[in-house]
Amino acid sequence: MNLRSAIRLASAALALAALAFAPMRTALADTVDPVADAKAFRKFFTDKFPKVKLEDFVNGPYSMNEDMHRQWEEKEQFPPYEFSLDMGKEMFTKPFKNGKSYEDCFPNKGIGIRQNYPYFDEKEGKVITLELALNRCREANGEPPLSYVRDEMAALTAYMAFTSRGKPFDIKIPNDPRALEAYQKGKEYFYTRRGQLNFSCATCHVQSPGERIRAEVLAPALGILNAMPIYRSEWSGMGTTSRRFTTCNSQIRGVPLAPQDDDYRDLEYYLSYVSNGLPISGPGARP
Amino acid sequence: MNLFRTSLLSLASVLLISGATSALAATEADYKAALAAAEAANKEAAGLRNQWTVTAAAIAAAKKAADTGDFDKAVESSKEAEALAKASIFQATSEKTLWKDMEIR
Repeated sequence: MNLRSAIRLASAALALAALAFAPMRTALADTVDPVADAKAFRKFFTDKFPKVKLEDFVNGPYSMNEDMHRQWEEKEQFPPYEFSLDMGKEMFTKPFKNGKSYEDCFPNKGIGIRQNYPYFDEKEGKVITLELALNRCREANGEPPLSYVRDEMAALTAYMAFTSRGKPFDIKIPNDPRALEAYQKGKEYFYTRRGQLNFSCATCHVQSPGERIRAEVLAPALGILNAMPIYRSEWSGMGTTSRRFTTCNSQIRGVPLAPQDDDYRDLEYYLSYVSNGLPISGPGARP
Repeated sequence: MNLFRTSLLSLASVLLISGATSALAATEADYKAALAAAEAANKEAAGLRNQWTVTAAAIAAAKKAADTGDFDKAVESSKEAEALAKASIFQATSEKTLWKDMEIR
């Protein structure tokens, strides 16, 4: 086989491969419509709770009940996450051993950017969450990664959320079939029942927001991540998005995935996207 | 004739008692087979990314019972674990399409 024949054969193989994948991509683009999903998602909750102002959904269970809303307003006078905010600010601005800091890893030095996370990284072909970006920043600067479920990570994201309060979630899905696939996988994860209790995320946060599960009032899924991270009285401490996801899984008797597993990243991408336009309210406080 | 009948009854009783005993008392081999079946099913559930915490708890209970020589309990817990793992496999398989029923449209 001479060089020309080899090139022709390789070109034919590539063309065939492209033809084989093209219908799959077109099919995905035809069936997945994030804009329509987000519109239907918002309508579902605003129809279900016509008295709740749209921007108030980000306050979770406190938006569902007037008495609880009053409690929340009083709590905000001396918020339980305040110590975490102070710690986060100190951590965020303190230089690493190499002299750089978190400020060097983020646009606008990390101030007022929470609403843009997670984003889809087209180079990597994956979803990048804020927690993941923070640990990558540490590792790129020779620091060990933080636990995704403990106070230090929550303090950092609390500070970053606080500097972004009021900015509407602005999650983008680039024109890349892998981004659409990540979004779709996140949606599938959200609605899939798992664990011995046979619950999906939607069982609590779509079918039953405002209802009680034991002593807790369930939060609506719309705007649920806008308040992250949260101080939970039940935990007596701060909780990251990773902690929330893994705890939800174990509460329904499912074995949680590792924090920042691709599935959790896709789930965060989906849930954040359908809350686009709602303001960042984190850090939040929950019962 | 009476003596024959008595002997026959005694033999039947002995056989019954020994049979009943063997049906109740599980051996270490029974436990190992039951545990292997449970672990195989739980591994399949892991492949589907849908293990249940209660399956792991039942497997741990089986191992603990076996360590104390209680193979009846060990077999019972292993079988419970296998049933739970199989239920989690069924759930993961059926949810591949059923999740759409819950979707907001």
